[in-house]
Formats: sequence, structure tokens, C-alpha cells
Amino acid sequence: MTRTGFVIANLWRKKTRTVLTLLSIVTAFLLFGLLQAVNVLFSAGADFIGASRLVTQARVSFTQSLPIRLLPQIESVPGVEHVMWQQWFGAVYQENTQLVFLAADPARLRLVYPEYVMPDAEWKAFEQTRTGMIVGRNLANQHGWKIGQKVPIASNIFPQQDGSKNWTFDLVGIYDGKDADWQRSTNVGWINFAYFDEANQFGRGLAGTYTIKLADEDQAERVAQTIDAMFENSPDETKTQTEKDFNIGFIKQIGDIGLIVRWILFAVFFTLLLVVGNTIAQSVRERIPELAILKTLGFKDGSVLGFVLAEAAALCVIGGLLGLAIATPIGVAITRATGGNLPIAVDGRVWVVGAIAILVLSLAVGLLPALRAKRLTIVDALAGR
Amino acid sequence: MLKQILSITQLGIRSIPDRLGPSLVIVVGLAGVVAVFTALLAMAAGFQSTLESAGRPDVAIVLRGGSQAELNSGISREQGTIIKQAPGVAQGADGLPLASAEVVVIAELVKPGEKTGSNITVRGVEPAAFTLRPQLRIVEGRNFTQGLRELIVGQGVAGQFEGARLGASLRMRGSDWTVVGVFASGDAFESELWSDVDVAQSTFNRQGYSSVRLQFAGAGDLQMIKDALSADPRVNVDVETEEQYFSGQTEQFRKTIGILAVFVTTIMGLGAVFAALNTMYAAVGARAREIATLRAIGFRGLPVVVSIMLESLILALIGGLLGALAAYVLFNNMVVSTLGANFTQVVFRFAVTPELVVNGLIIAVAIGMVGGFLPALRAARLPVTTALRAA
Repeated sequence: MTRTGFVIANLWRKKTRTVLTLLSIVTAFLLFGLLQAVNVLFSAGADFIGASRLVTQARVSFTQSLPIRLLPQIESVPGVEHVMWQQWFGAVYQENTQLVFLAADPARLRLVYPEYVMPDAEWKAFEQTRTGMIVGRNLANQHGWKIGQKVPIASNIFPQQDGSKNWTFDLVGIYDGKDADWQRSTNVGWINFAYFDEANQFGRGLAGTYTIKLADEDQAERVAQTIDAMFENSPDETKTQTEKDFNIGFIKQIGDIGLIVRWILFAVFFTLLLVVGNTIAQSVRERIPELAILKTLGFKDGSVLGFVLAEAAALCVIGGLLGLAIATPIGVAITRATGGNLPIAVDGRVWVVGAIAILVLSLAVGLLPALRAKRLTIVDALAGR
Repeated sequence: MLKQILSITQLGIRSIPDRLGPSLVIVVGLAGVVAVFTALLAMAAGFQSTLESAGRPDVAIVLRGGSQAELNSGISREQGTIIKQAPGVAQGADGLPLASAEVVVIAELVKPGEKTGSNITVRGVEPAAFTLRPQLRIVEGRNFTQGLRELIVGQGVAGQFEGARLGASLRMRGSDWTVVGVFASGDAFESELWSDVDVAQSTFNRQGYSSVRLQFAGAGDLQMIKDALSADPRVNVDVETEEQYFSGQTEQFRKTIGILAVFVTTIMGLGAVFAALNTMYAAVGARAREIATLRAIGFRGLPVVVSIMLESLILALIGGLLGALAAYVLFNNMVVSTLGANFTQVVFRFAVTPELVVNGLIIAVAIGMVGGFLPALRAARLPVTTALRAA
């Protein structure tokens, strides 16, 4: 019998116990994978955005619109390549589904966001159709929208000239993201600013916030400071930061959820430690005479330690990997079910942290019993002392 | 029969110290499940009570039609006057309608040592606003003076953000505001900064209001206000009680947290069931001889089943209680904040209510039952002779 075979045979001796322990590890890592994905979402969710863009908002709050007349001044700052602006539309679809819709200039949008991939013909249609809109692939799939369709969208902020808040837009394009990260964030709809500005009842000439594409990422800080200095002490003081910081600030405001997720992770892991640790300790206790016999037969202390550690590790690795493997499709399902609003991705980053957790767990639960097995003296163990 | 159950259970419980490790697994497992469940729902409960106690059943809030939240709403000065004069609005001692037209804007305040700001509601109010919210009182300093750039800050934000404390000055849209007082209300308003409505309008370049609050006497009066305003072509507004308004705002949050709690508890609970099964199978295994002996001297199967389930239940209950206690000690009254419907921070406290604790214990008991049942069956079916001969 090989050593691997011996470990497997030992694990399989008490089938119920092994299976039950394995199942608790699987559930724990299933939860671990999903919660860690949420954690990643809150802590580093904006990594892929990079630092090539700045967002200029009103100093007092991004909900306070900046006027469109700041545009030439912002464009004149050296290091600024392209500038666009976007106004929050407050979109509501059907009964009460709130959507992210922004009004922007189509040509400028294309220049500032080259990460959006869409056929030339659709970009052209968006520029030329005043009542046109384009939406991200996720959003289109979620509501089953097709190009050419007229989509009724209400605004909870802007009435049209006749006082009605029910708007209708022609869907002229559906964009994709250039990679998986960007594809996940295709939940935004864009409408034509020129039409929006003319057709809404109030607030003409309000740009909302500005997004700036930089010629050189390293210039971000200098450009931001130059812009903010230009408008200091005016009624329209600005605050300029990288798009990534803007997004992080936004996510952070949802609050201490990251902290609470960490608490849950801690509770899960601790519970798990106890369950598995105890099972392994018990199985070693029961087998003390056998281990002594192994030593009598000539197995070294190190080998006996190895056997016990290998058993613990086998349980943790199999259970942990299974749990993470189940978490992966569940994450995809949650992302689909929430229409991309909760993009839980059990991806490489989560697997890496999961692998570390498996390693830590294996050592934590295996080491004590293994050391105990190693230190057994044959005579005492056989005598049952 | 009862006597048999009692004596076997007693035997089992007395031998728990010998099997302390495995028994602790049930206790800790259940403590984890119940603590997580209770803490999550305590967060939802705290948020709900903070917002809902801000809403009064005898005050109506008027927003522009379809706005859903004060932030999105806009009402012109003329419309504000029309709304205040609607029939059904109660009158104050001075003969004027008991109504407050208010403007809501957002300011970004920074916590000390942080780079990114948090959205805080700045609410410009009319004098009647204080009559409409009798729960609100100044606890430090004084009220703002009309016409001056003065602010009073809610207790929830006071001291948490740079510039939000008595005597400090805050810079918004190129002008400086002095904080002259701190107020307490025990609800969502504590997360706001208040000032004079006219000063707020001029500073933030707003022509009109965000909302109008109206005091009314009874349900009949509310209907009168609604009828009058919906018949008037000059205004297009939604009228509801403050109570309904705030209750609607908590719905999404409660739903989200509720789903999360059920999801996490289910998976953790499943893990706990496996752990409990493991422990109880081990317990039955360790006591196989003893149980067989009892059977041999005439004890019946049922008392064995019941007593093993009881043991599992007791351990689960202890775990549940510990978990609820941990949730209470760690989380009760913990102050957290999140984004509310106005896109601004709502500061609230976790509330571990007796109801949540009871629900947590019910979950613990259920898991204990499931975890005890199969092992108990195995114990009762143990072939007496083999068990006696073994070990």
C-alpha cells in the first residue's frame, strides 16, 4: 500500500464522519467565496478603470450641477485631451425600476470612453438621432431590448416641456466592453444631451459633471489641481479627482458594509476551524494505538506527522476547492438575477485568497494533532497511557 | 416513560464533560449562525426604526409628481404658496398655515483623515419646521438666526465630520457658514445640517423648494388636501403622510438585507447541521455500550431517541443564546451609516430586538433537532448484542 493509499484508506474508514466534515467545509468555502467576492467588489472594485480619466464635480456635491460654460476653460488646460459632460437623468423603467441613464454628447462620449465597443454605424446613428439612446449589453439583455425599438423611460427629476415626466427614446445602439471587467459594467444607458437639454422643462445649460480624458496619466494630479484652482472662490467651485477615486468614494458611501462582511467571514472561518479541528483531533485520539504500531514497524516520527497532516490537508483542499467551485456559478447567477447591479465575480482574486485560506486552515487544524502523533512514545501509547 | 427519558438524558448530559470538544462544536457552530443572523437583521431593524420614527402620521409631505425622494423634487415659490393654503391644512396660533417649505441640497463633508467625502443633507427650513417636528430639540448652542449663514447640525453628524461641530465654520459654494448649535431628534433628521430656507436658496442658487410639509388634523383633512391639490392645474404633486414616505424609503434596504440574511444563514445553517450530525454521531458512537446496556436492562427505544435529541437541542440552545449574546454585545447600538434615498448618509444604530433573538433561537432549535434526529435513530436501532460485544 502506498502512502497516499494509506491516507485515503484512513479517511474512508469512518465514511459518515469524513463526508459530513467534507460537507461542512464545502458550505463554509461556498460562503467564503461569495463573501470574499463582495469584499473585493467594495474594496478594489474600480481597479480596472485605471487613472486615465478625471471627474470634475461641484465642490459642494456631485448632485449640484456645474454649468456648461466651464467647458472652454477646462478644455484649455494643458494635458487635457478630450472632455465630455454627463447629466444624471434619474431614469425609471416600468413600475419602479431605477436605472442609470446619463445624457451626454455622443461624439465626446466615444472619445472619452474608448473602452466602449460598438459598430461605427451605431455610433453614427446615435450622433444623428436626436431622440436616440444607446445602452450596455447587460442592460439590453436584462430588459430584452432590441435595436430599433422605442423604449419608454420616465425620469424622476426632469419633466418635458409639457410637464410630463414620461420620455421615449429610440434604441439605436448596444455597446459592449473591451474586456470582461468592462463588459460587467455595461449597465448604463446614454441619451443625447442636445435633445435632453432642449426638451426638458428646466435647468438648460447644466452640464452635471465633467469627465476628462488625459493625454498622460502621470499628469493627473497637476491637471486636477489646475482645474480646481481656476474656479476657486467662484459660485461653481470644483473638485477634480481620478475616475477611480470618484467611484471608490461612491462605493464607500454605501457604508460600513465591507466591515460587516469581514465580520461574517471571520465568524464563518472561526466556526469552521473548530468543526474541522475537532474532527481531526478526535480521529487521531481514536487511533493512538495504531499510530504507535506504525512507529513500532519503523515509520519515523516525521512520517507519522506527515500522515496526519496529509489527512487534514486532504479534507481541507477537497472541501475548499469544491466550495469555491460551487460558489463560482452561483456568483454568475446572482450577477444575472440582479441585472448586473451586484456583479459578484468569484474570479482569480477570490480563488487566490481562498487558496490561502485553505492552506491556513489545513495547518491550523492539522498541526496540533499531527504534532501529538509525532511526539507519541510507543510504550505509553500501546499501554493506553 | 417520562422517567426513562429523564434518566437517559441525565446520563447523557453528565457525560458531556468527557466529550467536551465535540459538544463544543455544536455550541460554537450554532453561536456563529445565530450571531450572523441576528447582527444582519439588527442592522435592518435599526435603519428602519431610525427612518420610520422620523415620519409622523399627522404631517403630509408634498413632492413634485413622480419624484420619489425630496432630492429629485422641485416646487416653485408660487406653487409652494398654493400648497400651503390648501384647505385641510391646520393653522398655527398666528393664524398662518402650519406648514414648512423646505429645500434639500447635498454637501460633501470629509471625515478627519479621509480623502473622499460623504454626502450630507443640508436642509433649509422655515420656522414652522420646528413645530412640525416636536421631537427635535437643541442640545448644545442655539438655533440659527433667520437671514444669516448659520447652521445647526444633527447629533449623528456632529463631531464625525470636519467642520460639523459647535463653533466651527463650514465652506459651501464659496461662502462660510458658522455652526451655532447641535440638535437631537432620535431619528433620521439627526444626520442632517439645518439652516434658514432663504439663505440656503440664495447660496445654492435654488429658485424654489424641494418639499412642503403640512400639518393636518385627521384623515378627512388629508383627503381634502389631496383632492384640492390634484384638482388644481397649477400644481402637479404627490401627497402622502411623512410616515408613508419614510416607510417607503426603507423598503429596498430591508429587502436587500433580508435576502442577504436568509442566504447567508441558510448556507451557514447547512454547515452547522453537518457539524451537529457529526458531533451527535460521535456521541452515539462513544456511548454505544452504555446505550446497549440500557436497552438490555429494559429501556425502550423511544426514550433513547428523545434523550439524544434533547441533548442535541440543549447544546444548540446554549449555542444560540451565546450567539445572540455575542451579537448583542458586539453590535447593539453600534453606529453605522449608509446611503439613504436622498443619496445622503443616514446615521443609525444596530438594534438587537427581542424578536430577533427569539427568531435566532428558533433557528438554533431547528438545527439542533435536525442534527440530533438521525444519530438518535441510529442509537435506538443499535443491535444490542453487537454493541455490547464491541470495544
